[in-house]
Amino acid sequence: MTAQQVAFWALAVVSVAAGVAVFTVDSMARATLALLVSLVCVGLILLLTGLTYLGVLVILMMVMEMMVMAVFMVMYMMNPGGLMPMKMVHNNGGAMAVAAGVFVLLAGGAFLVPWPVRRGGLPADPTRALGVAVMGPKMLVMMVVGVAILATMVATVVLAVHRGRGDRPGDPEAEP
Amino acid sequence: MPETPPMTPPMTPPMTPPWTPFALFGALAVLAWGAAALDAALAGGRWPGIVTGPLRGAARELVRQRRRTVMPDVPLVRAGVCALPAAAVLAAVVLPLGERPVADLSVGVVWFNAMEVCVWWALWLTGWGVNSLHPLIGGYRFVAQGLAYELPHMFALITAALGAGSLRVSEIAAAQRGLWFAVWMPVAFAVYLVSAVAMAFWGPMDRPVGSDIAGGVRAELSGPDRLVFEAGRYLLLAVAAAAAVPLFLGGGVGPALPPWLWTALKTVAVLAVLVWARHRLPGVRMDRFTRVSWLVLIPVSLLQLLVVGVVVL
Repeated sequence: MTAQQVAFWALAVVSVAAGVAVFTVDSMARATLALLVSLVCVGLILLLTGLTYLGVLVILMMVMEMMVMAVFMVMYMMNPGGLMPMKMVHNNGGAMAVAAGVFVLLAGGAFLVPWPVRRGGLPADPTRALGVAVMGPKMLVMMVVGVAILATMVATVVLAVHRGRGDRPGDPEAEP
Repeated sequence: MPETPPMTPPMTPPMTPPWTPFALFGALAVLAWGAAALDAALAGGRWPGIVTGPLRGAARELVRQRRRTVMPDVPLVRAGVCALPAAAVLAAVVLPLGERPVADLSVGVVWFNAMEVCVWWALWLTGWGVNSLHPLIGGYRFVAQGLAYELPHMFALITAALGAGSLRVSEIAAAQRGLWFAVWMPVAFAVYLVSAVAMAFWGPMDRPVGSDIAGGVRAELSGPDRLVFEAGRYLLLAVAAAAAVPLFLGGGVGPALPPWLWTALKTVAVLAVLVWARHRLPGVRMDRFTRVSWLVLIPVSLLQLLVVGVVVL
């Protein structure tokens, strides 16, 4: 086994183990941290495939997103103190059935699909090559859609929040 | 895309000498020590106490007992405390120690930023895990501060990368042989310094560990935990100052002296300014200043990005 394969399997095992930990730990802070560990391992696996930019970007985004998620999860908890043990699973039977079904579907797809054989060598910039392969001629549309989604999010927040909680009487911008 | 793209392995940067990691650790340790000494000097300390002070403090914390709080989440506290220096050192591996960094990643700028945001987790975990009021407030303060400053910070980093046409930190430094980026993109440089101070919770932006909440995140830390946290804090500040050199101040370029010495001199200068600013500027209330960050810093950094983009085109 090459060093790359050893690293892949180590990261894969840690990623799955951390994923299991998300549902077995009894605190929202620990669960979110476990989810972060799992996703960072996925980012590191992307680095192994030579997708340097995508891998580092996944790590950057996941560190930030999981932080924001931890804040929101704690906020919505029935026990906001969060240090009291809490149950992380509900409707066990149904959840197990759905999870097993989805796993069989995805794993079956991975085994049944005819995997392509590599033609040519590694491109100079694998991230660019992947983007062209996935998006192809739709790149412009996707870029416009991305900006439109961002504008929609900003507009929604602006419309929903008439005054921010940061506003205080006496602030120059605050309305009377 | 051509049928047979050229074989250029992207993951094999030129080998750096094996001693460079040790040089990096040594340099960061000396910078952090120097920052602590200068901080003590500006606070009214006297020679030679300011130089030996950090070492004596470290020795004292090493033998001091840990403070116990009620029902702490110990693994999370340990993870948070250790993540702080680890993130600082990992961020520094892409910074050139002269001409070559320890790890010359092709996306070094993104890596640097990814390691910086790990500090959010470090502080939040520490503040959360000890199960005490003031550290908890400090942890949440830092998350809010990080969210407020990440976007201008990111735009400042990207502006430097755009000016050089590369995300590789050594190439950004090399692109400034003619003119420093700090000279022709001063807004990005200023935004970088402000946001880097915020990301390193230093000076006016040190409210997450502020005295108004009894030390904030570090209020309950004592013994080795305290030592590792404080060391990580100064390391992070040193790394934030060191990153300004290849990104905006021309890296190791300079007359007469070798590149490593120029890098060291410029880093010390930036670090001294940041430490000095702590003693000259008042603390900033984050809920007020978040507005400045979003309504002023983000638009001006976007304008700077536009200007640089037009010039590069």
